[in-house]
Amino acid sequence: MSEPLKQADIDQEIAARAGEHGEHPARDYAPYRSTLLRHPHRPLVVVKDPDAAELSGPVFGVTDVTTLDNDLTKQHPGEPLGERITVRGRVLDRQGRPVRGQLVEIWQANASGRYLHQRDDHPAPLDPNFTGVGRCLTGDDGGYLFTTIKPGPYPWRNHLNAWRPAHIHFSLFGTAFTQRLVTQMYFPGDPLFPYDPIMQSVTDESARQRLVAGYVHELSEPEYSLGYRWDIVLDGPAGTWMEEGR
Amino acid sequence: MNHPTPSQTVGPFYGYALPFPGGGDLASGGIGVHGHVYDGAGDPVPDALLEFWQADEHGSLAGSPGTLRRDPTDGSVLGRDGLRFTGFGRVPTDQDGHWALRTVVPGNGYISVCVFARGLLHHLYTRIYLGPDAFLDALPAQRRRTLVATPEREGVYRFDIHLQGEKETVFLDFG
Ligand SMILES: [Fe+2]
Repeated sequence: MSEPLKQADIDQEIAARAGEHGEHPARDYAPYRSTLLRHPHRPLVVVKDPDAAELSGPVFGVTDVTTLDNDLTKQHPGEPLGERITVRGRVLDRQGRPVRGQLVEIWQANASGRYLHQRDDHPAPLDPNFTGVGRCLTGDDGGYLFTTIKPGPYPWRNHLNAWRPAHIHFSLFGTAFTQRLVTQMYFPGDPLFPYDPIMQSVTDESARQRLVAGYVHELSEPEYSLGYRWDIVLDGPAGTWMEEGR
Repeated sequence: MNHPTPSQTVGPFYGYALPFPGGGDLASGGIGVHGHVYDGAGDPVPDALLEFWQADEHGSLAGSPGTLRRDPTDGSVLGRDGLRFTGFGRVPTDQDGHWALRTVVPGNGYISVCVFARGLLHHLYTRIYLGPDAFLDALPAQRRRTLVATPEREGVYRFDIHLQGEKETVFLDFG
């Protein structure tokens, strides 16, 4: 048996890659060990085809969501435990145009840091009043809004004493399949940031900051919830201008 | 130009959030496409999530909404109505790394695939070609093969995805 991998080892590896440029994480980011066998070695093949199917994408509509889907605190008879929050923002493309009427999906751990997933064996309690799944369509201004509870941090087995900072998983669609994005939103000031190889896989400091929501006091509702704001910019070529706002 | 929001891995726990019943049933009476996802050691990947986007049999990319159609009474997923083609599918791999899709042959010759997985920090795109195509001709023969579905029996094709290694699939960059 080899020595268990320690946080100090991972810290060194993170430091060695820190500051590398790139808007997205490199797929071969070894401090996150699960990447090792799951990234291609060969360069991607560039497609420059104006008729590529990927320049269009799936369409969602009012039948694909129900109006209750964006309030994760109302999916059970009782209120979930934890700090009630709202998370809102706008989904934009790289030209700053709103991404309208598209699907936003989220999933998260409960306030104790436990997912409602049978493979999550973290010994923290499940909450009978919290599932942790939400979805909505963006509005005409690209806006989305979720009411939920703040997820807890949770341990994982990348190395000894590895903990994920609190985060909400987001899945987003643009007008083109090339704009697809799955990412994670973090909360400001989390002390776990420097230790987490998944967050630190975004090696460029300013890019990494784009994963962190802002706390906005004006968005907090008196005696009800704390307000966070997180705008999202989808990468990749968008559909043509004619497709905007479909 | 705005800077994009960086990608992060889908992680291991998307299973109760993203997949939905009938996610791989785009259309009935057409073809079946199935295969495994493998990692660089040749082991099956049991926690990959594949998404598919394609044209209908006439080549139209104007997919209908309604892939996730919900019952407004109780919020459960009813899914596609079986008449309008949405062009979108989503399939998590099974415990043995296997996936399956039931659809029609797209009029433009290929099915677009987006691959997510634990351990994959940024999704990957590839294509399933069901016949010859000029795009394939531009690739070296060895690599071209990774994008072509193999007929297995009448109406059923096989398409394996290798994330890394000797048989590594061609992955695409749209700039
Ligand atoms: Fe997570």
